Amino acid sequence: MRVRSFLRDTVTVFSREFAPVPREPLGLLFTMGQPLLFLFLFGPLLGGTRSFEGDGSPWQWFVPGILIMMCLSGPMMAGYSLLVELIGGSMERMLVTPLNRTAMLVGRTMKEFVILLAQAVLIIALAVPLGFRPHLPGVLAGLVILTVFGIGLGALSFTLAIASAPSGNLFYGVTQLVLFPLMLLSGVLLPMDFGPAWLQVVATVNPVTHIVDAERALFAGRFADLSVLYGTLWACVVAAVGLAMGTRAMRRGI
Amino acid sequence: MIHARGLTRRFKVGKGFVDAVRGLDIDVEEGQLVAFLGPNGAGKSTSLRMLTSLLPPTSGTATVAGRDVVSDPAGVRARIGYVGQKNGSGENFRVRDELVTQARCYGLRRSEANRRADEVLGLLDLESLATRKPGTLSGGQRRRLDIALGLIHRPALLFLDEPSTGLDPQSRANIWEHILRLRELHGTTLFLTTHYLEEADTMAERVVIIDHGRIIADGTADRLKGDLAGDRVTVTVHDESQAARAAEVAARIAGSDAVTVAERTVRLRVSHAGAALPEYLRSLDASGVKVATAETSRPTLDDVFLALTGRSLRESDESPQSGPQDA
Repeated sequence: MRVRSFLRDTVTVFSREFAPVPREPLGLLFTMGQPLLFLFLFGPLLGGTRSFEGDGSPWQWFVPGILIMMCLSGPMMAGYSLLVELIGGSMERMLVTPLNRTAMLVGRTMKEFVILLAQAVLIIALAVPLGFRPHLPGVLAGLVILTVFGIGLGALSFTLAIASAPSGNLFYGVTQLVLFPLMLLSGVLLPMDFGPAWLQVVATVNPVTHIVDAERALFAGRFADLSVLYGTLWACVVAAVGLAMGTRAMRRGI
Repeated sequence: MIHARGLTRRFKVGKGFVDAVRGLDIDVEEGQLVAFLGPNGAGKSTSLRMLTSLLPPTSGTATVAGRDVVSDPAGVRARIGYVGQKNGSGENFRVRDELVTQARCYGLRRSEANRRADEVLGLLDLESLATRKPGTLSGGQRRRLDIALGLIHRPALLFLDEPSTGLDPQSRANIWEHILRLRELHGTTLFLTTHYLEEADTMAERVVIIDHGRIIADGTADRLKGDLAGDRVTVTVHDESQAARAAEVAARIAGSDAVTVAERTVRLRVSHAGAALPEYLRSLDASGVKVATAETSRPTLDDVFLALTGRSLRESDESPQSGPQDA
């Protein structure tokens, strides 16, 4: 009975969060702005460099990285809408209802997951005419890791939003200061081995690097690659930590 | 409906503590309309948030709608409605969607939730706004929506935190019309906080006055005014030299109090000015004092507050400490 009411509460929260999305499909494109920009304006520049992955086109190497970039910019900012509701009165209003607190987090995270998946499929579809050849089983496996990572990032973003209410300064500070370095140090734009040794060392400490490497390996069909294992582990760690911290923050009340 | 004993809440602020609520004892029965009146910073909102399970008490107990707020907060939440100080609707969701979601939060099935949403839209004159977003509504409309959200599951007990603060007088009157009508329809118990004494005076059956975290008065508005403050009688004399004599006569009246003289004006308090005034005027006449004007005024709850605390409700708005954290 409690499981059923938890699921029902999750669906209630998900439906609420998701309902405005189909009404404003252009909004989805806006949040994809940065990855799309890099896809179309930066990606073609790679054609002038040597190919990084054997005989494949540079797109095979580039597209997985762009998907991770989208993961960093999309779900990471999901907490913003929660922050607005925390500062206003709607979160308080929902907290006085019998809604399960954990369901409030999971429902919101599920919405981010659905959007992320739709956007990923869109990017892959847009990259095909440019020269990207999707390897279907690999892409599917890659999408799984992507969404697990995205769920974790979304949950972390919500945790951050809760921690930074009511002023919100912590939220902006962390997201702005953390996002870009994480992205640049994970080799999404150019291979890290183009760079000096010290940069490569820093990159190996960055969890996102391993997830990016895993994505590239999977999209190329190399399931047995060691990077796939590391990337999967890191994605799961991020998801577990994010969900744990998020539910704890939600339960402790706001 | 509400039974609280020794409800206390302490906040940690900086290096010290703030006792926002100190030992609240209150009993509210079904069907009552209770106003919690006090200046800003008195502990009204904190008390309300403890009773609605939003905030755990530091000590004390409270049973709301038959459930204990500490051991069964979910049980309390399922049985009450709440209209908070800030707007409860999300900016970017449609009005009707928010209502349907709210009904589903209380476990109503989709079809029932839709029905209730339409019903409540009608009750609060929100039908024409069903597809609008709350961010585009006026203050009064948004507040009606907040009340709709609080009532959609037909709770037996509704809490309202400063329901009409920030609204213009017309919207305020409109909100009250709706609240009272809904109460007539369903017999809902209403518990609200306010710092508008006119509102507490005219709307509430029972007024509970709170100051510095403690209840200092509890009763009907009329009884509080009669017992604690008394009516005021103001008399002016033609001749300043006679003012002192008029004051003497006033002091001799049974039940008179707080006699003051200022130039030609004499003021005093009695419990029933309607009966005291003719007697006073006759005594003044008998003493040879020539009266120029005489008037009486009924007390306000501000007079009650003044009598109890020495401060006026209007002047004593203390702003709450910024950012109190849980102790």
